[in-house]
Amino acid sequence: MAEVSLSGVTKRFGADVALDNVTMTIPDGSFVVLLGPTGAGKTTTLRMVSGLDVPDAGHIMIDGRDMTGLTPAQRDVAMVFQQYSLYPHMTVRENLEFPLKSPILKTPQDQIRRKVDEIADILQIRHKLDNKATELSGGEMQRVSIGRALVRKPSVYLMDEPLSSLDAKLRADLRVELKSIQADSGATLLYVTHDQIEAMTMATHVGVLDHGRLVQFGSPREIYEDPVSIYAASRLGQPRINVLPADVFAGAPSGAVNIGLRPEQIIQGEGEDSFVQRVEHLGDQTRLHLTFKSHDLITVTDAHTELKNGDIVKIRPSKPFYFGADGARVA
Amino acid sequence: MSFSVTEPNKGTKWFAGVLVVGYALITIAPLLWIIATGFKSPADSIAYPPKVVFEPSLEGYVNLFTERTRATPDMLEAQGEPKNWYEQIARDQGTVISGPSRYGERFLNSVIIGFGSTALCMILGTAAAYAFSRFRVPLKDDLLFFILSTRMMPPIAVAIPIFLMFRNLGLNDTHLGMILLYTGVNLSLSVWLLKGFIDEIPIEYEEAALIDGYTRFQAFYKVVLPQAATGIASTAIFCLIFAWNEYAFAVLLTSGTAQTAPPFIPTIIGVGGKDWPAVAAGATIFLVPVMVFTILLRKHLLRGITFGAVRK
Repeated sequence: MAEVSLSGVTKRFGADVALDNVTMTIPDGSFVVLLGPTGAGKTTTLRMVSGLDVPDAGHIMIDGRDMTGLTPAQRDVAMVFQQYSLYPHMTVRENLEFPLKSPILKTPQDQIRRKVDEIADILQIRHKLDNKATELSGGEMQRVSIGRALVRKPSVYLMDEPLSSLDAKLRADLRVELKSIQADSGATLLYVTHDQIEAMTMATHVGVLDHGRLVQFGSPREIYEDPVSIYAASRLGQPRINVLPADVFAGAPSGAVNIGLRPEQIIQGEGEDSFVQRVEHLGDQTRLHLTFKSHDLITVTDAHTELKNGDIVKIRPSKPFYFGADGARVA
Repeated sequence: MSFSVTEPNKGTKWFAGVLVVGYALITIAPLLWIIATGFKSPADSIAYPPKVVFEPSLEGYVNLFTERTRATPDMLEAQGEPKNWYEQIARDQGTVISGPSRYGERFLNSVIIGFGSTALCMILGTAAAYAFSRFRVPLKDDLLFFILSTRMMPPIAVAIPIFLMFRNLGLNDTHLGMILLYTGVNLSLSVWLLKGFIDEIPIEYEEAALIDGYTRFQAFYKVVLPQAATGIASTAIFCLIFAWNEYAFAVLLTSGTAQTAPPFIPTIIGVGGKDWPAVAAGATIFLVPVMVFTILLRKHLLRGITFGAVRK
């Protein structure tokens, strides 16, 4: 296991800047989740660390060693591809054995067998070991693809949306499983996801990418409770943070253009009137769609609320975020 | 009444079946005629109207594999009883077997040159196609067009320069020369066909293998090659068929040691040009290797392109 650091990493694809001077340190044994919409540079970051792509500028260090010019095999990284990339001419077992049989590891046969069986149990694919890789469902392929990384003990695991095509229950199971594998083994893990529950529950650190730039790096709570910009604040939180013009509430500091309100930053029952547009009962929580001074906002209320469309709810902000004209946080 | 747009109805199926069987009969008829002629007597083979029912004879095959000398009845008498069945057949024609014919050697030459050039063509073609498919090759499009352009004229158009080159290099009538020639002619086809097949193999498999601790060459060997098997098999069949059947260059450039079967077979017809059964027998045996090769690789041809385990 090892520390991974990127310094000034830049990558262009033609005229597009995929990564723009990214500098970050992924501490040894940490679980780092990269957040950002499609095209923000998440996958490119993984490919830079893996060695599948080479940065135009900057350096990548793993365990204190400069990786410039090293092949993926020499870097000792394991990667779970978003597209699974299982070898179609091999069985599931052969797919899982493949990294262990590499000329670098040359694992003895009895160890290979034990390791593969163990991983197959964790991923609940033991009964599929002798199937051709092409005979699996999408979710099973994805699990084999995760397994192909987990059979090894590399210096760093790179995972590109590894749970995206699993059903909700399996995803929840594997989330716990992955987190405990990582915590037990002390593995360093760099993980790309769109799913904020994955980010909040598994990450020790979150990196927020915006058009190839790293805009914030910190613990999930830090990103959630102390975002640097509207963009970073919007990455986490369900429902999303509400952004309104700063002057709709009194007390905005100078320079503030927008006010950001997460559900828990909206106190209900005090302040000014808003109208209930819609009530969504989600079971464990209820979402209120409100109109406040002709602005829409969404908040959360008691699961068993009696509120209905057209009711009036008084609201006031509590310790809100204020953002300047460029979207950066001012207070 | 149920109706399906995908399942053809009974009438359509019958019509399609009749069409396929009819086509198969038309294409296979000349083949059957050659095979049948091999088992006719010389008289039957040139009979008019052509004989469909005839008394089978192995004369053609005996004549194909042996050299015979004509003998007078007295000389035949002096030879004593024929030692075996084929000597008997020769005697019946009034000849004595003087030794084996050169057909065996010529056939072996065809095997060496045909399979040799096919193997070389596959090795070079796969490597070149992989490079064109995966690497940033300078002037890639121009190079590919140049490679294709070597087939824009019939190869025989450059027969004279090749003949002169071969004479100067000492490649005339050598196995190596013919292997190089057929490889050169086939390489453009194999590079283009194989590039198409390799382009279809997602690059993610190799990337996964690189990550899994393999070098690029090992990734190529263990991941790309097995998946390109279909393409390699079908390309190999094309290359073999060309090299196997090639006649013009073989006539021009080979005469003895490296002569292949195609220029040799017509010479069997003999004085008077009536030994068609021997020619047909030679052609029949000549068909076998390509047929066997194609049947052996059929599995790969039919398996088609693997539906990958890559999410698109």
